[in-house]
Amino acid sequence: MKKILAAMLAMCMVTAVLSGCGSTPSSSDPAPAPSSSAAEPAPAEPSKAENEKLVVGFAQIGQESGWRDAETADLQWYAAQNIDTIDFKFADAQQKQENQIKAIKSFIDMGVDVIGLAPVVETGWDAVLTEAKEAGIPVIFLDRSAAVADDLYATFIGADFELEGRTACDEMATLLGAEGGKVVELVGTVGATAAIGRQKGFTDQLANHPEIEVIDSQSGDFTRAKGKEVMESFLKTYGAEIKGVYAHNDDMMLGAIEAIKEAGFKPGQDIKTVSIDGVKAIFEAMAAGEANVNVECNPLLGEYFFTTAAKLKAGEAVDHRIVVPAEVHRAETAAEDLPNRKW
Amino acid sequence: MQSKLKKLTKYQFFWPLMVLLLIILINGIISGGSFFQINIVDGHLYGRLIDILRNGSKLMILATGMTMVLATGGTDISVGSVMAISGAIACCIIDGRLLPSAGGSVAVAVTLALLAGLACGIWNGFLVAKVKIQPIVATMILMVAGRGIAQLVTQGKIVTINSAGYYYINGGYILGLPFPLYIVAFVVLITLLFVKKSAFGLFVESIGCNSTASKFTGIKVDNIKWAIYAFCGLMAALAGLIESAGIKAADCNNCGLMIELDGILAVAIGGTSLAGGRFSIPASLIGALVVQSITTTVLALGIAPEITSVFKAIVVVIICLIQSKEFKEMLTKRFAGKKGKAVAQA
Repeated sequence: MKKILAAMLAMCMVTAVLSGCGSTPSSSDPAPAPSSSAAEPAPAEPSKAENEKLVVGFAQIGQESGWRDAETADLQWYAAQNIDTIDFKFADAQQKQENQIKAIKSFIDMGVDVIGLAPVVETGWDAVLTEAKEAGIPVIFLDRSAAVADDLYATFIGADFELEGRTACDEMATLLGAEGGKVVELVGTVGATAAIGRQKGFTDQLANHPEIEVIDSQSGDFTRAKGKEVMESFLKTYGAEIKGVYAHNDDMMLGAIEAIKEAGFKPGQDIKTVSIDGVKAIFEAMAAGEANVNVECNPLLGEYFFTTAAKLKAGEAVDHRIVVPAEVHRAETAAEDLPNRKW
Repeated sequence: MQSKLKKLTKYQFFWPLMVLLLIILINGIISGGSFFQINIVDGHLYGRLIDILRNGSKLMILATGMTMVLATGGTDISVGSVMAISGAIACCIIDGRLLPSAGGSVAVAVTLALLAGLACGIWNGFLVAKVKIQPIVATMILMVAGRGIAQLVTQGKIVTINSAGYYYINGGYILGLPFPLYIVAFVVLITLLFVKKSAFGLFVESIGCNSTASKFTGIKVDNIKWAIYAFCGLMAALAGLIESAGIKAADCNNCGLMIELDGILAVAIGGTSLAGGRFSIPASLIGALVVQSITTTVLALGIAPEITSVFKAIVVVIICLIQSKEFKEMLTKRFAGKKGKAVAQA
């Protein structure tokens, strides 16, 4: 029994050390470490009146994907560029809600001007957001929202997944032209907000494009390996009937492209592709002529976030929902876009 | 004839093979025969059966290593993470992020990735055989930490490469058959020769039945266990290479995610007891193909993603029931009982 316990402890330590290594250093002051006791009173900060800087605390989810890493890097980059006007406090919650709540509480204790939050889950935020509201600190949801009352947060900045789906559908219609054709859909992880929105948007928009027909959709779990396997199966079932593929993210599409090549078809020509996100690898594929269109879900939200935060500090009104536009990139310009891709 | 059939059913791989044939047959009937269709595309065979073989190859390789681990009464749940590590190392070397002096050589990448897997296996074996930590706990350390190590190697990114040589590991064909199948055949042949032609297999079974007694008969229990875990790590690394070659990238978050459970399931369907003892590698290979063919079935039948997991669970339950001796006896008793009653009523 002791042995097991010792091993468990050792494992926990190893995990803690490793995940510790992974966390990105914050650009400004040492971030309030979520694992340390946040209950301790935070060191006295200069009061708002004498500090002209915009003090922003941001509770990030952690490192879960390349997309989120790009978002974190952009926030820190933007803050570092404006180091004279922005005091950015960054907390990495390592995918745990309690760490995010601790971080928000310590931000409240410090008396920051604005709190930013990318909620790791949708529920359980009422208590801590009420605290922030009572302290008079506006809260910005970044890229993800939460199920709370409207008055508990100032604004939600993020992409509109349904808009992305609708845009993707329009692009597919353009690619397939007047005669249209049959399209297969690679769905994201079942139940994920992004997958639900991107499917609904695409399906809704089909009403305007009767020439396109979605003949099958299967989940590729947002991964390359599953995307490839599902596409292999689609190709066996429908073969040359398939004129286009719509994937809820680029990684599934990159897997599907391999499957299409193996089946003896030319991706980008025989079978048109539209995928969402905008990772660098899909731009490489587009430049190589193996993919057609990408609808970008931009993680570079630093400017949006900090300008909104500045407005909130100045007491200006901001929209309760700020939609980050879904930019479209096509194969024709991919070679030029490629060097500018940051993620 | 009947005695021959009886003899055949005695083989451990008989029931798993029947299950596999049944799944394929059902698919064939539902699809109206197109499931069996094999065409030639670009000079290689192309069809669903080929897909099952190729996509199942990594699971077959994992199952080869896992079978012996389970036969000693142990378990290795770190194989998925080891796959991620091996893919990460191979892709980073080819990409030039790691060891730029190797010049992106595929041979160097593959060798070092396999060595890394071997090292992971040796670490697991050390914890289990020497430090005597319970296998599930010992390998859980690497299961959790392994993905972190892989992330460190790739710096948290999906490393995409474009190397025809590396891609050949998954996408290559020899005589129209996918290259991974040759890897499986090679690995399994060597393993079987070693296990069957030496006393090694017997030692493994003996340890699985009673490791204390084995020790007293003079079997070096610790060393054999150590070797088996090391071998399992090596197999996991090989599987990782096949997976990452298939997508031309190292996807540390998702490579081999939860595959340890598929591996254990494959061995279990093959009829090797998780409590240790008798084992059969050919039966595990068939088990791996059964697991893969369930996935292919889901895709081929176009089952809605929302109910995929439930469908898989039901199929696995049915397979387990088919293989359960107690369940079969229960059925025959019930059947015999009814017959008896009918006779009495008459």
